[in-house]
Amino acid sequence: MITQRCDVLIIGGGPSGLTAAANLAGDHHVVVLERERFGGGIPRHSDHTGYGIRDLHRVMSGPAYAKRLVDTALASGVDLRTESMMTSWIGERSVAVTSPQGRYELAATAIILATGARERPRSARLVAGDRPAGVFTTGALQNLVHLHHRSPGSKAVVVGSELVSWSAVLTLREAGCETVEMITDRERSESYAAFHHVAKRVLSTPVSTLTRVRRIVGRDRVEAVELEHLASGAVRTVPCDTIVFTGDWIPDNELARLGGIELAAGSLAPAVDTTLRTSRPGVFAIGNLVHPVDTADVCAQDGHHVAQGVRELLHGRQNESANIAITVDSPLRWVSPSRIWRVDVAPARRRLLLWTDEYRPVAKLTATQADGVIGRITLPWPAAPGRVLRVPWSLLANVDPDGGDVGIRLG
Amino acid sequence: MSPVTWSGAMNGSPEVFDVVVIGGGIVGCAVARELTGFELTVGLIEARSDIGDVTSKANTAILHTGFDATPGSLESQLVRRGYELLSAYAPTAGIPIERTGALLVAWTDEELTTLPKLADKARQNGYEHAVLVDAQEVYRREPRLGPGALGGLAIPDESIICSWTSALAYVTEAVGRGLHLLLDQRVTGLEVNDSVTKIQTTRGAVHARWVINAAGHGADVIDRHLGYDRFTVVPRKGELIVFDKLARELVNSIVLPVPSSLGKGVLVSPTIYGNVMLGPTSENIIDRSDTSTTPAGLEFLFEKGVRIMPTLLTEEITATYAGLRASTEHDDFVIDLDGQRRYILLGGIRSTGLTASMALAEHVVELMNNAGEMLAPRSGLPPVPRMPSIGQATERPFQDAPRIDLDAEYGRIVCFCERVSRGEIRDALESVVPPTDLDGLRRRTRALMGRCQGFYCAAEVEALLDKGASGRGGHPEETS
Repeated sequence: MITQRCDVLIIGGGPSGLTAAANLAGDHHVVVLERERFGGGIPRHSDHTGYGIRDLHRVMSGPAYAKRLVDTALASGVDLRTESMMTSWIGERSVAVTSPQGRYELAATAIILATGARERPRSARLVAGDRPAGVFTTGALQNLVHLHHRSPGSKAVVVGSELVSWSAVLTLREAGCETVEMITDRERSESYAAFHHVAKRVLSTPVSTLTRVRRIVGRDRVEAVELEHLASGAVRTVPCDTIVFTGDWIPDNELARLGGIELAAGSLAPAVDTTLRTSRPGVFAIGNLVHPVDTADVCAQDGHHVAQGVRELLHGRQNESANIAITVDSPLRWVSPSRIWRVDVAPARRRLLLWTDEYRPVAKLTATQADGVIGRITLPWPAAPGRVLRVPWSLLANVDPDGGDVGIRLG
Repeated sequence: MSPVTWSGAMNGSPEVFDVVVIGGGIVGCAVARELTGFELTVGLIEARSDIGDVTSKANTAILHTGFDATPGSLESQLVRRGYELLSAYAPTAGIPIERTGALLVAWTDEELTTLPKLADKARQNGYEHAVLVDAQEVYRREPRLGPGALGGLAIPDESIICSWTSALAYVTEAVGRGLHLLLDQRVTGLEVNDSVTKIQTTRGAVHARWVINAAGHGADVIDRHLGYDRFTVVPRKGELIVFDKLARELVNSIVLPVPSSLGKGVLVSPTIYGNVMLGPTSENIIDRSDTSTTPAGLEFLFEKGVRIMPTLLTEEITATYAGLRASTEHDDFVIDLDGQRRYILLGGIRSTGLTASMALAEHVVELMNNAGEMLAPRSGLPPVPRMPSIGQATERPFQDAPRIDLDAEYGRIVCFCERVSRGEIRDALESVVPPTDLDGLRRRTRALMGRCQGFYCAAEVEALLDKGASGRGGHPEETS
């Protein structure tokens, strides 16, 4: 196998990877490996507006945003290799690549993992029943409708009521498929209240809470879905030909795991510090791989932020001044970053990203270190399951570099 | 003429076949392969549009030594012989196979006292390599087992194998030898005349001198068309959970429970594709086509799994499925020759059918010879086909640098989770027995079988299937 070299190797050509690449390409040879045929990542098939707000300071559609990220990267001199997939690690900082141009080894000084996240498919949620056609995740659905212009069905049940779930409803509507019901196993719907009410009225889709899919019915094509009410145990059958499982994100952490990189409890994402370094020397992780999932523009800002740490590494100056783990208490599920190796660097956008499993109309957070409270904050927005809770870094302003691990809890 | 046809009365097929095999499962395909090695015209009738599409596609895919069969039974004899035959055939045909060995684990004192009896049984079945091991050795072999294992019995020759590729290899070789494959046509009646049997199907009549009944879950129905009433197939459902490939390192061998009167019980096993499997359940059902999973079944497996290997259950689940074993009221295979009516029944072939398949085929030849057929081997048979490598233990096309240099399509990965290249999908669509639907393409290539279950590639793979073998057409984004 032939060995090639580069300064920075980025795995994944979505918003975070391409932004990091564009930032670093001026002074260095930066290679982006993108396994799909086109760069741009998930926004390519999210054909609705709302992209680019925080990073490009404008509002555009997913495909337009994706194209812009690719164009910028190419104009910056990024070596973007599409249809190119990292399949395994070879050395500490070298990887095996398969592409139509060949199978080769690629060695780098710094590696950035930006492989994103995916929704748990039906099987991973242990839903019983038949295994007919007509069962999708949002990703598979949008791929089908937006990229391949195919039709899903005519009557859908959407599982989940997060933002991404409504995105699925919009995609279904565009494809001529009516959403007869949305369900969530939680006590309340999870998307932003304002959006939720507008969506409910405009799309007139009923949302059933405390409800789960018990069984899928239909041999060749979905014919119905059996829904169970969690409180009463009552089971009812809803006729439909399409089921979309939305949300329930899992980071695409395969390469991180194969590389022996430490994962954060709760998210199964690579544990990173405020400079987005992982436990493997010279390897960084960014985007929805480390916070499954936040919006594309927040991912892109990881790409800006990681550049500083990568430059320091390339110039041989990577110092550590602390060794602090950040952990969370239930109902918080995870926090990112979850390490502090340098107290002098704030995380991207000066925000800690957290995930909660319970709703709190007002998000009050407390940070502790060595059993003492080091910070409290009350946010003017709720903590809601199904979307990232963004918390100002000031919560940890008083962290002691030698004071041991930090805990964050709700309340 | 294409060797594969969807028409009952086709050009080029003989007016009267020497032999027609009913049922294109693993057994029917093995029989067709064997018989086309003789001077015979052979047809294979399958109700579905693909071979291996019912019982043969959903099983535990273990190549059994037969150590725990009932000594002296026909099943014991055919499983042992079948193990030898398929072990030898698999490497030649490129069928993925791994000799992982199995470890029976005793969790109770009662089970522990059963182990020496099982070792004796293994010897009676002609299997000499079973080894009793103590608890310490059990944990040395399988460090991730849950607490409480008291001892074990190691069966070093139990193997895992790809059941899909096995059936495909048989039928591909058979078609190369001249088999007429009659797909998508269901047998509705049989009429035995002096020298020829008329087989009535949903696509017209087919005539044959000999009929071999390998109809699996329909074998008793076919048998009754001939006036017999000697067995009833009771479908026994087995539900299974497949865990992510990242779990593969947790398990070294096939971890079996000690069998009880309730059946063989729930096992944890590596799969030939590099996943880990937990199952099966065992439930007799009525509907012969019901392969749905149930809330109770999956819950039961979870309870069992937590005890056997707790860490396994923290891994992601890639798939759940259910298969049906064709059990009957008899303890053995139900095999019978009716020489006068030139009819052979291969009934009640349950989960050991994969292992026994080639031996069953040999047995059919023996029975026909016993009936005075005196089958003459054909000379100049084509070489054994080389099937695509879809197992994890051998090199896959995406890892094969020289192959990608010769044909870039093998470097163009379409299914990322299973690392299936466009070249492999193209090859499957152009193969001797091509897939007719997405499921068939999955079985031939593993596309869509991975952890994302199509999040990334479902639409792309479906488009390739629709375009067919010739299509190398544009991607939607290329024109936008």
